[in-house]
Amino acid sequence: MVDFPIQDILRHLLLAARWTIVLSLIAFAGGGLVGLALLVARIARPRLGGWLVGGYVQLFQGTPLLMQLFLAYFGLGLFGIKVSAWVAAGLALTLYSSAFLTEIWRGCINAVPRGQWEASASLALSLPEQLRWVIGPQALRIAVPPTAGFMVQLIKGTALASVIGFVELTRTGSMIANATFRPFLVYSLVALMYFALCWPLSAWSRRLERNLNVAR
Amino acid sequence: MSHADPSAAPVVRITGLRKRFGENEVLKGIDLQVAPGEVIAIIGRSGSGKSTLLRCINGLETFDSGSLAVGGQPLAHGDAKAMRALRQQVGMVFQSFNLFPHLSAGRNVMLAPTLVKKLPHDAAQALAQELLVRVGLGEKFDAMPDQLSGGQQQRVAIARALAMAPAVLLCDEITSALDPELVGEVLRVVESLAAQGMTMMMVTHEMAFARKVSHRIVFMHAGRIHEIGPAQSLFDNPSTPELKQFLSAIDR
Repeated sequence: MVDFPIQDILRHLLLAARWTIVLSLIAFAGGGLVGLALLVARIARPRLGGWLVGGYVQLFQGTPLLMQLFLAYFGLGLFGIKVSAWVAAGLALTLYSSAFLTEIWRGCINAVPRGQWEASASLALSLPEQLRWVIGPQALRIAVPPTAGFMVQLIKGTALASVIGFVELTRTGSMIANATFRPFLVYSLVALMYFALCWPLSAWSRRLERNLNVAR
Repeated sequence: MSHADPSAAPVVRITGLRKRFGENEVLKGIDLQVAPGEVIAIIGRSGSGKSTLLRCINGLETFDSGSLAVGGQPLAHGDAKAMRALRQQVGMVFQSFNLFPHLSAGRNVMLAPTLVKKLPHDAAQALAQELLVRVGLGEKFDAMPDQLSGGQQQRVAIARALAMAPAVLLCDEITSALDPELVGEVLRVVESLAAQGMTMMMVTHEMAFARKVSHRIVFMHAGRIHEIGPAQSLFDNPSTPELKQFLSAIDR
């Protein structure tokens, strides 16, 4: 057994937490952008867009993220496309989160009363203007809690990327636990670090929600 | 009551308008022309098609056959540019106000002129202030909708519709959601607009008011214009049993 002082354990876990953060940010940004594009496609072309995006959402919501990660990593390899764990994890998490976010946001848009669409339409606003100035700001306020809730899920979901060899917080934790034979200590520290990432997000979301309510 | 000029080209021209929701035909061939400066009150039982007719005029509802033109401009569904041009000619005030809750009263009024007419910020602000004064809310520019009473919200909604300088103003039961003591302030604004020569079509249950400000009354029944004519003759000498029945039912 290697002698591993707790400072070293902490240092390694903190360094690994960087990659959890980076992967989460990629998934937020990628998923947010793709999700927004899907949302617009759905609103602009309710029939065709709604059908296609609906299928996409069902596909990614109805299969485990773990399978999506495997398929992105090994599946692309079968087609001769060599992907790193980074690309596979980033891609799978982006697709996964875009499906959830577009569905969450569609619900928020639908929660804006129909009268708001009618009033803005009868003022001759175009669809983009309606979305940008009337519907969007109201949907945004509704969207904060569920979006933040999903982001918290997503941060924890990045742990699954460890199965395709992506060395983030969870993977580093299990490697250190194996080397030190102190799994309880190590996994407790890992859990604390996830908490330290997720809790500020929830707190920030609560504050944002309050501020948006005041600014209404 | 201001003078309407029936010889001038009509502001709204509706010809053979038909509309069905599935099996149910709600408009069975409507013909109606509205002269500049004319005030038309549309009355009738619920389900008679009066709100649907109004909502067809600015394209909130599509119709199946017939034609509809505002200011000589035909309504063409699916043509976004034509719809945008037409809707600038048609203002609408709703039963449930539908103010934008995230914008102040003034911003509600400024939004469409800024976006659609590309009015500079200062000019739009001055216009909004002027219109709020006109509906008796000059002090409320910065008030948020939820800080206003129902009557005040509806008056902001009227100012918002007027900001686009529409050729015709559609009012869809605009006092039906108000507490009784707030109805008067909204009707006074509508009355002053009528006196200033605004062309208006209003669906209303306020019969006394309809009689006072309207040039013509349209009585709708079962998807058709059942009776049409000046307020006096329609209310005092209804010629169909349906209108007689309707008037006696609401008189009680």
